[in-house]
Amino acid sequence: MLKTFPKGGIHPPENKITSTKEIKRMTVPKVVNVPIAQHIGIPAEIVVDKKDKVEKGQVIAKSGGFVSSNIHAPVAGTVTKLDLVIDTSGYKKQCIVIRTDAKDPSNFEEVDFPLKTDIELEPAAILQQITDCGIVGLGGATFPSQVKLNVREGTKLDYLIINGVECEPYLTADHRLMLEKAQEIVVGIKILMKALNLKKAVIGIENNKKDAISLFKSIIKKEDGIQVAALQVKYPQGGEKQLVRAILGREVPKNGLPLDVGVIVHNVGTIFAIYEAIQYNKPLIERVVTVTGKKLENPSNFWVKIGTPIKDLIAEVGGLPEGTRKLVNGGPMMGKAIKNTDVPVTKGTSGILVISEEEASRGKAENCIRCGECVYVCPMGLEPHLLMNLSEKGFYEKASQEDIMTCIECGSCSYVCPSHRPLLDYIRFGKNIVKKLETTKN
Amino acid sequence: MSQPIIISASPHVHSDRTSKKVMYDVVIALIPAFLVSLYVFGFSAFIVTAVAVVSCLLFEYVIQKYLMKTPTTIGDGSALLTGILLAFNLPAGLPIWMIIVGSLVAIGIAKLSFGGLGFNIFNPALVGRVFLLVSFPVQMTMWPTAVENNTTLADAVTGATPLGMIKEGLMFGDTMTSISANVDFPSYTNMFLGLSGGSIGEMSALALLLGGIYLLVRKVITWHIPITILATMAVMTGIFWVIDPESYASPLIHILSGGALLGAFFMATDMVTSPMTKKGMIIFAIGIAVITVVIRLFGAYPEGVSFGIIIMNAFVPLINTYFKPRRFGSKIKAKIV
Repeated sequence: MLKTFPKGGIHPPENKITSTKEIKRMTVPKVVNVPIAQHIGIPAEIVVDKKDKVEKGQVIAKSGGFVSSNIHAPVAGTVTKLDLVIDTSGYKKQCIVIRTDAKDPSNFEEVDFPLKTDIELEPAAILQQITDCGIVGLGGATFPSQVKLNVREGTKLDYLIINGVECEPYLTADHRLMLEKAQEIVVGIKILMKALNLKKAVIGIENNKKDAISLFKSIIKKEDGIQVAALQVKYPQGGEKQLVRAILGREVPKNGLPLDVGVIVHNVGTIFAIYEAIQYNKPLIERVVTVTGKKLENPSNFWVKIGTPIKDLIAEVGGLPEGTRKLVNGGPMMGKAIKNTDVPVTKGTSGILVISEEEASRGKAENCIRCGECVYVCPMGLEPHLLMNLSEKGFYEKASQEDIMTCIECGSCSYVCPSHRPLLDYIRFGKNIVKKLETTKN
Repeated sequence: MSQPIIISASPHVHSDRTSKKVMYDVVIALIPAFLVSLYVFGFSAFIVTAVAVVSCLLFEYVIQKYLMKTPTTIGDGSALLTGILLAFNLPAGLPIWMIIVGSLVAIGIAKLSFGGLGFNIFNPALVGRVFLLVSFPVQMTMWPTAVENNTTLADAVTGATPLGMIKEGLMFGDTMTSISANVDFPSYTNMFLGLSGGSIGEMSALALLLGGIYLLVRKVITWHIPITILATMAVMTGIFWVIDPESYASPLIHILSGGALLGAFFMATDMVTSPMTKKGMIIFAIGIAVITVVIRLFGAYPEGVSFGIIIMNAFVPLINTYFKPRRFGSKIKAKIV
């Protein structure tokens, strides 16, 4: 029996059209726009100036506080501007613009480091290195990794869970990384186990990636304490709380963290970034991005430098096809629609999805027929129809009592609604207001 | 680029399920029962159904267009379904004007005066039926008896439904043995196939089960409401039957006759007027079954399914408030090793 979480979830068409495409290295862009807020928390502080020459991997913005992260130069070159540039949020954000030095050889050497299994650093040094290298959660939430790993003394912790679920349709970045860098990922897991003094780790992979499951199973035979959990294909299993429930049967308390049940969860991409940071002192300056869409000429997976404009990626797969109606930064369920293709790839960009007319259109919203589908699919046990109504009509206090803030915004409710009601739109709206009300109260 | 890029919030993909498809699935599921009624009652079943459907659609259109001045929704399949379900709860051969009155009550009062699809508290078709039943008790209980190869209304003989025979017989002091010995009392096989008296749609248990299975397979309904209703009815009537088989009909008669199957699979499962959680559905279904059995065994009417459903419809908002899904992460036992 495959493991999964018991309540809710959906199974949208997987459309993993790029799952057999090897990760290629993107051509180094001529100009990179590096935003200083690529992570959740406080933006980094710029430490370079206009006209400065920077080396590849040099810190160009320093962590601005406890929940923040360093930002490094993805390429060697010259800082041409410190300017406001529209990023994936759709707003203008502070960016460091670097023109790539076409003569610097470091920009063009394509390093695939050899496997290095000996872990020399001690736990404290490992955590420091993760902080210095600007590692953030690459699953999409971009939470600074060192904060997650900064476990208060006395906290009971017994499991590290590696999130290789990739439950979003279309995306294959994690899948390809697992296939191509499995050995490295296992070393990365051992690095974290050493840093946190953990004896047990589980890699969770959905059963639509059977090749990755069997590959890891064969590698971990020699490893103590690392297991592979094959999971039933169900969205949103990649959500931390759903994943912990699926693998260990432990339920993270309401408003709590996996840490409250003795678990730390990291995405496979993050683990690989940690491996490179610890073993080869490589900061987080590139990541795997799936560029996909049904009508694209050649959808693929790429190693992309942070700051690369999205239009470069689209050009690499054959340009925007006729009839494109939507561009999504991320997967179709939780990604953000973007309008401007000049926006840069950031640490949180797992995919660029190009959607055509037929797929992009939402049906016209009709009356709720009270079928209860949204209630059945909600993995958090909420009543989306009720939360939408309360948000729409302005009963924010009641919405808060009905646990609106525990919504993980997976979009399962909006996906299934036969009346095409904008459930999640209103729930997000309600959440924002409830959050504001709560902060003013305190 | 020919058309502009759209910006909208996630999710960016949606399932292809629509309310309309849900409605038409129910219509498809009702086809076997309709075919049986055509076979049993002939043309009169068709007339009743056609009149109910046309007048439901027409009333929806006219009321929305001229009274409510809102866009019309007759294309969504909901009024069509109300028409079919109303007809299925009427005896064949009911005067046409009564069917029209029933449709007006169903669509105009039970559905649109509450705000239209999704806002009605009571099942519109059942409100129409109950209105007719209490207003025209004589015509509403004139059941043309099933006559094989009956083609015209004129040939139809009126008789009682099995439940009616039982109620009447027991009132006059007969025993179950003597009631079921009556030549008019249908055999289990005939009740199962549909060769007994009753409303248009409730004749054949077989046809209704086929439709019910279709709805389950298509995931339009879940098992919770129909199975709980039938199981509760079987248990309750079974207890009385075991105690005194001469004064109480067997559970099988109760399930196969009357509106039990039509009600359980098609009327009580109406999404708008049933609870939204599985727990709530079970409570709702138990309530329907208990009310139905109490009316059948001890009430004045031989049949109580429609009353059971309508009464429990009124409790649905309350049930939805008290039987909520368990929130993830609430009330959990710490399980750290």
